[in-house]
Amino acid sequence: MGSYIPSTGDERLEMLKAIGLNTVEDLYAAVPESARLKSLNLPEGLSEMEVAACVSALAEKNKVFRSVFRGAGSYRHYIPSIVKTITSKEEFVTAYTPYQAEISQGVLQSIFEYQTEICELTGMDVSNASVYDGGTAAAEAVLMNVDNRRRKTVVISETVNPGVIEVVKTYCGSRNVPVTVVPAKDHVTDLEALKAALTNETASFYFQSPNYFGILEDSEALIAASHEVGAKVAMGVNPISMGLLKTPAEYGADIACGEGQPLGLSTAFGGPYLGFMACTKDMMRKLPGRIVGETTDAQGRRAYVLTLQAREQHIRREKASSNICSNEALCAMTAAVYLAAVGPEGLQKVAKNSAAHAHYLAQKLSEIEGFKLVEDKTFFHEFLMTCPICPYCLNERLAEHGILGGLPVDGGILWCATELNTRSEIDNLVALVAEIVKEEASK
Amino acid sequence: MKVLADLKYSKSHEWLKEDGDVCTVGLTDFAQEELGDIVFVNLPMVGDAVTAGETFADVESVKAVVDVYSPVTGVVTEVNEELIDNPAMANEAPYDAWLIKVAEVTETEELLDAEAYEAHCASEKE
Amino acid sequence: MKLLFERSRSGRKQTLIPDCDVTEFGFDSSLLRTNKPNLPELAEVDLDRHYTALSHETFGVNTGFYPLGSCTMKYNPRVNEAMAALPGFTELHPLQPESTVQGALEAIYRTGKLVSEITGMDDITLQPAAGAHGEYTGLMLIRSYHASRGELGQRTKIIVPDSAHGTNPASAVMAGFTVVSVPSNEQGGVDLDALRTAVGPDTAGLMLTNPNTLGLFDPNILEITKIIHDAGGLCYYDGANLNAIMGHVRPGDMGFDCVHVNLHKTFSTPHGGGGPGSGPVGCKAFLAEFLPKPQVKLEDGVYKLFDPAQSMGKVRTFYGNFLVVVRALSYILTLGKEGIPEASAGAVLNANYMMNRLKDYYTVAYPGLCMHEFVLDVGPLKKETGISAMDVAKRMLDFGYHPPTMYFPLIVHEALMIEPTETESRETLDEACDALIQIWHEAHENAEMLHNAPITRTIGRPDDTKAAREPVLRYQF
Repeated sequence: MGSYIPSTGDERLEMLKAIGLNTVEDLYAAVPESARLKSLNLPEGLSEMEVAACVSALAEKNKVFRSVFRGAGSYRHYIPSIVKTITSKEEFVTAYTPYQAEISQGVLQSIFEYQTEICELTGMDVSNASVYDGGTAAAEAVLMNVDNRRRKTVVISETVNPGVIEVVKTYCGSRNVPVTVVPAKDHVTDLEALKAALTNETASFYFQSPNYFGILEDSEALIAASHEVGAKVAMGVNPISMGLLKTPAEYGADIACGEGQPLGLSTAFGGPYLGFMACTKDMMRKLPGRIVGETTDAQGRRAYVLTLQAREQHIRREKASSNICSNEALCAMTAAVYLAAVGPEGLQKVAKNSAAHAHYLAQKLSEIEGFKLVEDKTFFHEFLMTCPICPYCLNERLAEHGILGGLPVDGGILWCATELNTRSEIDNLVALVAEIVKEEASK
Repeated sequence: MKVLADLKYSKSHEWLKEDGDVCTVGLTDFAQEELGDIVFVNLPMVGDAVTAGETFADVESVKAVVDVYSPVTGVVTEVNEELIDNPAMANEAPYDAWLIKVAEVTETEELLDAEAYEAHCASEKE
Repeated sequence: MKLLFERSRSGRKQTLIPDCDVTEFGFDSSLLRTNKPNLPELAEVDLDRHYTALSHETFGVNTGFYPLGSCTMKYNPRVNEAMAALPGFTELHPLQPESTVQGALEAIYRTGKLVSEITGMDDITLQPAAGAHGEYTGLMLIRSYHASRGELGQRTKIIVPDSAHGTNPASAVMAGFTVVSVPSNEQGGVDLDALRTAVGPDTAGLMLTNPNTLGLFDPNILEITKIIHDAGGLCYYDGANLNAIMGHVRPGDMGFDCVHVNLHKTFSTPHGGGGPGSGPVGCKAFLAEFLPKPQVKLEDGVYKLFDPAQSMGKVRTFYGNFLVVVRALSYILTLGKEGIPEASAGAVLNANYMMNRLKDYYTVAYPGLCMHEFVLDVGPLKKETGISAMDVAKRMLDFGYHPPTMYFPLIVHEALMIEPTETESRETLDEACDALIQIWHEAHENAEMLHNAPITRTIGRPDDTKAAREPVLRYQF
């Protein structure tokens, strides 16, 4: 019904006359008759009120869980109200890419701030302005080091999030870059298998820590083994964990990347998310995506611009290493605001609280018969536990109480806790689980 | 536009200096003027092979990337590291800011002398 | 404007979450980072004011006219934002059981169906997060198709017109192809003879946008797609310019086998300063089995996720930029059957109206009827007055307008590409034309001033060379 066209029908007729045409059809004179569409098979347009009702009805068909104990690549954290206020400002929401620096200092500076914050989080020298998500970040990262001399293959650990492994395989496959998946051993990367897989043709090795099962990998050993054969290492990290845990830079990784969704973005059924990528100084020119730099104008005033653009597709075209154009700018700003709102103390607090709650949850669950940590290894805020009853059945029962239980994985359950899962929430969950298990046993 | 008499020139605006077994390659004054401010030069590695008439490097300005073609076939023995750190040299002193040195030269493209090159540039400008 | 780090004061903070109510877990000290990250320490009021200041230095569609060619900066309806903010969408975990997200799956499914109808396709994925991402996905459909027929080794080339957006050749290379460029003819369309020469048994496909980046509808489109098909290749439609034709002609009826659309262009979802966007890819039935996984299907009234038989894999984690899809759904439901063709006709009308007013001053690169955008060639003005496209664009900033796209497409040397979109009133267009005409006069009367433009913004022209030669890409503490 609406089309957001300000001009009235009469005004449009006048404009047509002004350019020497009579009807709207005349505008499409160049289109071959045989291709012309008679009419669209779409429903009639609706008023705003009707659209709101229609789409809201779809939202209501979904179940929003009060209590979420599931992670596996998407994490519910507390999002400060200031983050939502700032990222809803119309100028930020509706602005275009800041190609025109003089009119875009707001956006450009915010990206520069984001880049700085990502460097601080990861310990790296240079960050880009974002890529689509953690999966494409991993794919772009491993491809950065593939050259047409010798470095032609990629190695990835099986303990990486399965969705990320899929994306890396797709991106590498189309470029004819063979990918070797190093098997897990006891839910961490098998170091011996990695060493066997690495050759002097390996361009990159990718792993994540905490890994998909929540366990902290032996990052030092994995990176050393890779560097031994001259392969670069891209390390995927949980950005919240960076408030507390050792950084990829401290471990000697060459590239740090990952999924930035935990930094103030809602879980949003999978998107939009945020891929962050940061690297050491000497890899700067291989980093894909937009990068903002600081410079001055003719009067010596500080100014921000998109820079090193000669890496990108609009200049290099078929020689660009990546085709990325639009990125996740507003999501990057969201992360920047979140990080500024929590600050260094706050981020550490979120990390510590999440880890503490997860460990409390693990301890309490293991007091129930049949629940045991699958691995006795250090984890951050996720862990894999056995389950004495069918995990899907357990979750179905928990759902009745508004609780999203952990993800069924490998016959067990991958549980997650963040600062949002309070002690009483966890106690409540554990009591429920015990009750459900007891009921199932008595059947 | 500056042209040095003792160098040879390609139609794609590279200069070549032959010194016994070793050839030195760079960008001409015409090239750097057309490009504008050069911000980065992507050079090959020592040991790489280059082929006459094929690209071996590229040069970045703020808004463009341009391929550089080798006038000779051979093996790269040296690359100008200084140029990587200070690309402005290619604008300021194009005949001093060499890109690569090549040895084991087996083939050379048909090149122009200074006069012929000047004429070539004049015709391109039209 | 100060940076966050310059406003930061040690010890300042906000109380966002409570103290931990359980025992802290003691990680081994060897696992901990040595130093805290240098993140800003600010009170909420100072953080708020910081971003308010930044927003004042940001030009949004809400600020003013944004005639960026090829970007379709149409108005971003507020109801779309409201829908995308509903907790029933934002609070969903992507790995919830399917029975608990029927509304979300339905939203994806229905949007897919609507976009398929508009583009004349049979099936569609909403997984790609941007236009370029969609290009890669579409080319992967073509790659998978040829691979399934054992012809991938032979079919290595993708044909791209020289007027194409830079993402086109870049995407082709990412998908493992080499690029063959075909020139445009004098009318700005694809040179058919050159195309016939370029095709052969090594042709995997063609990437084309129609209307093209010059804003012209190629009248030979049916012949073009036939040439490719006769050679055994497939045709990919770059939907960046769909706003010119939606509802009047469909890529599927022009001979295209797969398409991408830009939700953040044609379908009104906002640009966000550079993203997030969404680049759904539609295809004809024979390509559906290669689509990324998972897809959504409707079976006995229930929405389900499934993996297509020969899926190319995944181009992104999870399902795509879901909240962006919700905005597009709202928009398409609002416009509906009549509104879609009305919007595109409005876009074409507005572009021709502006071109008509400017043609007596600036040189129109391709005179005659344009589609939703047109290109001015500032070359002649430059020869006459020394004023370049850059100077004109920068001076527009002084008039409060976002400049048009500059120096694209590359085949017009001093190009200014103008796309008003349909969501602008006549008076806005007239005022913008008045400003451009005034600039034309200034070029003849006061060229020096134009060279220094903009003069009213908080910064003048930045030193791009210094930024690239001496990269400063982060704040140094």
